[in-house]
Amino acid sequence: MELYLDLFSQPCRSVYIFASKNNIPFEFKKVSLMEGEQYGEEFGKINLIRKLPALRDGDFCLAESIAILLYLAEKFKTPDFWYPADLYQRACINEYLSWQHTAIRLHGSKMFWLRLLIPKVLGVDVPQDKLDSALEDLNGSLKLLEEKFIQDKPFIAGDNISLADLVAIVEVMQPVGSGLDVFEGRPKLSAWRDRVQVAIGKELFDDAHQSLLGAQESVTLMDTSKMQFLKPKILKLFM
Amino acid sequence: MELYLDLVSQPCRSVFLFAKAVGIPFQFKRVELAAGQQYSEDFGKVSVIRKVPVMKDGSFVLTESVAILQYLVQKHRSSVADHWYPADLQQRARVNEYLSWQHMNLRTHGSKVFLLRAMFPLIMGSEVPKDKMDAALEDLTQSLDLLEEKFLQNKPFIIGDKLSLADLVAVVEIMQPVGCGLDAFEGRVKLIAWRERVKKELGEKLFDEAHESIMAVSSLPQTMQSNTQLAMLIPKFQKLFK
Repeated sequence: MELYLDLFSQPCRSVYIFASKNNIPFEFKKVSLMEGEQYGEEFGKINLIRKLPALRDGDFCLAESIAILLYLAEKFKTPDFWYPADLYQRACINEYLSWQHTAIRLHGSKMFWLRLLIPKVLGVDVPQDKLDSALEDLNGSLKLLEEKFIQDKPFIAGDNISLADLVAIVEVMQPVGSGLDVFEGRPKLSAWRDRVQVAIGKELFDDAHQSLLGAQESVTLMDTSKMQFLKPKILKLFM
Repeated sequence: MELYLDLVSQPCRSVFLFAKAVGIPFQFKRVELAAGQQYSEDFGKVSVIRKVPVMKDGSFVLTESVAILQYLVQKHRSSVADHWYPADLQQRARVNEYLSWQHMNLRTHGSKVFLLRAMFPLIMGSEVPKDKMDAALEDLTQSLDLLEEKFLQNKPFIIGDKLSLADLVAVVEIMQPVGCGLDAFEGRVKLIAWRERVKKELGEKLFDEAHESIMAVSSLPQTMQSNTQLAMLIPKFQKLFK
């Protein structure tokens, strides 16, 4: 089984962590987003949507991290707590996995692009009002994550970590990669992060986040010419 | 079971259609979005996120249409046919793949086109700038292209021979721009044929019933005008329209 990944990308990290943690055998196929490798001919055959992550299991190709996580959980019969069979716990997790696409995922990504990639790689200045607006949205999502999804529980679905926490943590980490410490002033979120790290294993967590946390430095060393063709698309999306 | 719905909203339609099509009884609790009812104190007690649909099954409250659909399938497993959300690993993965992709693609772009056409003049006090509309239409076109080329291909339905949650969630999103006079199906022979198959499987009468509100959306501006919450809604829309 092959997993097409770039650990700069949040949904790639959740899939990578899940497969690694559960000892699911896979071949790591690196696709460099910064170099536009997702637009290559070969990758197009794996995933027409041209996004990461992607899975190839024999003849079967699958896109979308949520779909991949659910597929792996079922196929490899991972421990129940990741995606419980219980109707209500599963529903809570599904609720989070659905909500997050247009909330924390969108807002955390935007922050990362506006703070780091757009100015440093695309060389475009980002107006302060856009940054302020993006921060407002991100804060709104983080507030809902704390108050509606985590509340006073150890994890989103209750006593145990699940796919919901995994998908959440990689998204919350994204703005951190651009130098914004979202955990500062959020003791509840920080405590949840610590629990998630312990449940995943600090070594695996750090391994998965190494690229991201080195981003501020690595972008200065990058050959930014390769990203320029993406410029109009990115600016349309985020600006 | 109670379902808090406004059939002007796509995810409300998918939940409504599914429950009706498979015969799950529920109490329809209308939340009129144009009148700002999602901001009422009562509704805030139901869901702090203040969006629709919301399901209340006994004391269990659930938001997010995809989660609600998955819950209903699981709870009523013995009476809901397998094809809706197949037990087969790869087929289910195909449904999940679509349900995941659609949030930031067809859903986002279909909604934007609809909101620009139906709401922009009211909220912003002027006609939609052409370049804005063109950009939104371009995004919608790309989503519809991917729906046809990657998800449907030459199959009758997204997962193959049978209708599933994926087709249901897809069709209600494409109907949204149709509701404001933009025939998203125009010129798309394959998509029209698929829509007709979906309609037939769901039941034409039920499909039309679910889409009655959106097809009569020209009355939306009047309802919005008298909406006491309009002042609160304006900045939210302005942000979206920028």
